[in-house]
Amino acid sequence: MPVLDRGLPIDDRWTDLADDQDIPAEGAVIVSLERWRAERDALTARRDAVGVRLKSNQLATEIADDLGSLSLVALEFPKFRDGRAFSAARELRERFDYKGEIRAFGHIIPDQYLFLTRVGVDTVVVPADRVGPAWAHALKEISVAFQPALGREEGSSLLRRHLKGTVPA
Amino acid sequence: MPDTHAPALRSNQPADAHAAVYRYDEFDKTFIFERVEQFRAQVERRLKGEITEEEFKPIRLMNGLYLQLHAYMLRVAVPYGMLSSTQVRRLARIARVYDKGYGHFTTRQNIQFNWPKLEDVPAILRELAEVDMHAIQTSGNCIRNVTTDQFCGAAADELVDPRVYAEILRQWSTLHPEFTYLPRKFKIAITGSPNDRAAVQVHDIGLIARKDEKTGRVGFTVYVGGGQGRTPYLAVKAREFVPVEEIIGYLEAILRVYNQLGRRDNIYKARIKITVNEMGADKFIGLIEEEYARLPRQKFHVDPAIVDAIQSHFAPPPWADLPAVSEGFEAAKEADPAFARWTRTNLTAHKTQGYAIATISLKPIGGIPGDADADQLETVADLADLYSFGEVRVTHEQNLVLAHVRQDDLYALWQALDKAGLGTANAGLISDIIACPGLDYCALANTRAIPVAQRIAERFADLDRQHDLGELKIKISGCINACGHHHVGHIGILGVDKKGEELFQILLGGDAGTNAALGEIVGPGFDYDGIIDAVETVVNTFVKLRQPGEIFIQTLARTGHAPFKEALYARA
Amino acid sequence: MLVKAKGTQQSVAASRLLDGEAVWLGAGNTWVEDVAQAAVFEGDAIAQALDFAKAEEKRQTVVDVYPLDVEITEAGTRPTHLRERLKGIGPTVRRDLGKQARQPAA
Repeated sequence: MPVLDRGLPIDDRWTDLADDQDIPAEGAVIVSLERWRAERDALTARRDAVGVRLKSNQLATEIADDLGSLSLVALEFPKFRDGRAFSAARELRERFDYKGEIRAFGHIIPDQYLFLTRVGVDTVVVPADRVGPAWAHALKEISVAFQPALGREEGSSLLRRHLKGTVPA
Repeated sequence: MPDTHAPALRSNQPADAHAAVYRYDEFDKTFIFERVEQFRAQVERRLKGEITEEEFKPIRLMNGLYLQLHAYMLRVAVPYGMLSSTQVRRLARIARVYDKGYGHFTTRQNIQFNWPKLEDVPAILRELAEVDMHAIQTSGNCIRNVTTDQFCGAAADELVDPRVYAEILRQWSTLHPEFTYLPRKFKIAITGSPNDRAAVQVHDIGLIARKDEKTGRVGFTVYVGGGQGRTPYLAVKAREFVPVEEIIGYLEAILRVYNQLGRRDNIYKARIKITVNEMGADKFIGLIEEEYARLPRQKFHVDPAIVDAIQSHFAPPPWADLPAVSEGFEAAKEADPAFARWTRTNLTAHKTQGYAIATISLKPIGGIPGDADADQLETVADLADLYSFGEVRVTHEQNLVLAHVRQDDLYALWQALDKAGLGTANAGLISDIIACPGLDYCALANTRAIPVAQRIAERFADLDRQHDLGELKIKISGCINACGHHHVGHIGILGVDKKGEELFQILLGGDAGTNAALGEIVGPGFDYDGIIDAVETVVNTFVKLRQPGEIFIQTLARTGHAPFKEALYARA
Repeated sequence: MLVKAKGTQQSVAASRLLDGEAVWLGAGNTWVEDVAQAAVFEGDAIAQALDFAKAEEKRQTVVDVYPLDVEITEAGTRPTHLRERLKGIGPTVRRDLGKQARQPAA
């Protein structure tokens, strides 16, 4: 499935593995939390990067001790209305200081994209028939925010402007 | 009475220059117009089929747009209930141009329009944006409009003016990236008076602003997990005192715990009150404290300079130096008993000598509680300009307030209100009823609520009788979602569907005030005709039992429910 | 609250996407604004009518499609449940608004 970064499809190096799929000898793979726990040694013995998928009911704390070994954490949206992953991303960045890639997948709509980037999500997996200009557009629709953000856009907060008389860049 | 006192006439400023509304700067304006264009594009995508109704629904709800029984309904935010006369006139214009000539004020201090077309909504939102208004987060599973005491900044009993904090919370919660897809809606109320007029204990978070006696620091007692709906709970105290600098960090902690642990498997168990009560308050509060302890608190620090900057929007209007007693006011009361009666119920003590707070009843006998037509809105705007610095407030009891009226001007004000059908002397009395829209408008309702309110008011139409009964709050909901606050009515009425027929249950003993309490159902329900007689039976029982000076809720507390039950059901 | 339809005679209600007007599926798969003119379905025809209505949702014509119990009267189709009858007329507290305020169809 296409992966978007900054609104545009990218070449993706990751292979998203179902639990019954064999682990390939080479290449970056994403596995479930359960599989990570069960096959951790085999996964870390490989040369290539490992990522872990969290379901929406799996908190960031469950993976906290392993973050040093993980290049990617993928957060699931079983339904776009299930917003737990927003907090999971925030916890990964803010509480556990995670610097790797955070990826959102599942049922996500463009209207959530800006929020996702603001809680620290880097990439979004989107079904092919849903790729379109709405995603890049969604990042530009609202240029100001009232809260401090995480991730690439860190810093801008409309509330803070009351201090400086201006919105920080 | 000549209106030469009116501040508007002595200055070349706009008449509402001193209205205490948060006025948008260029960044706020950029934001609000971007938001309008965003919604316009979302509507276009919906009409083209690029997003499904399922996906569009939360988007339109977070812009205040519902689909109701007969039409769409647009709920416009009135932040903490404050409006300028310019804004009120714009609401009147929207009612005329895009709706059917009226609006409905709600228990969350907002206003609803009952008949907008989807295709017109972007244009309506643009009209609102032009006067610093919006419909953001008036619905949806997000942090809703923060509500507060309708008398803030004017009441004699106030310790801290909560508006500046309500505005900070409004900004903090607006399009919050983490908390826009919560398990369920989230309501925050804030009061700054020991006499709670904001019902903080029946909100997801309730804040009581106060000053630390020793240090003079402002902070909040934080309550969490209250709510009405089908499973009502009074909130539990999470912390006795959170200093104002820390309040956003503390709320972030509460919301983050709730967003991660609140139930998402059952919409009826998804509110924070259920999380708190299933988990146990101590455990939940423990999780909040843990989260708060590890948050980067500095990031959420509310700098005193922010408070000061926002405070400037709520500077007191230039009150005049007036004598404590207005001779004109005293004389008018003597001369006109109808006016004197209005002053007994619809005035509240102002903190400044020579002024009063006037409640404008939107509960004319037989009228629809909370409705105001475009002409009435314009009348109120004009009167606000003349007599109250161009400022109008919306109360959670679905009335309006002019907060800074000179006592000298009260008689002229009341005469003008009375002419417009807005001068009913019933604030806080039996006909000042809260009612949800019910099945006359609402897609979720089981029964009607408005006509029940209308017929009770008509039964007790005699104002002398109402005044004799004293304070008595009736609150009516047309289903168990409790939008009509029936749990906290002195007399609560809940409509239920019984095999396709409307049936109404009576609850007694609820209280939304400082001594918050949930009412109890007294017994089997009554049909559409019987409910009015039943209410009268309850009232007559009170009259029989009351001791001198007692109001309904006091008598009930003294006697218990038994004599009322007996009166209601003994005949059967 | 919406009541589940379970009678032998049912109609299909919806709201028009553009303006939110309450409509019902009428004869010949057209949407009508007057519930009295709602088509009445029985047996397998109920599911077929619902399928058509759901397809109409996908065509951005209507939203909030659902079946409701009705009876056939001299004045036309009549919903059996209060909520659905009110949907057919408008607010009872504002007789000047909604469908009830319109000129009756000739």
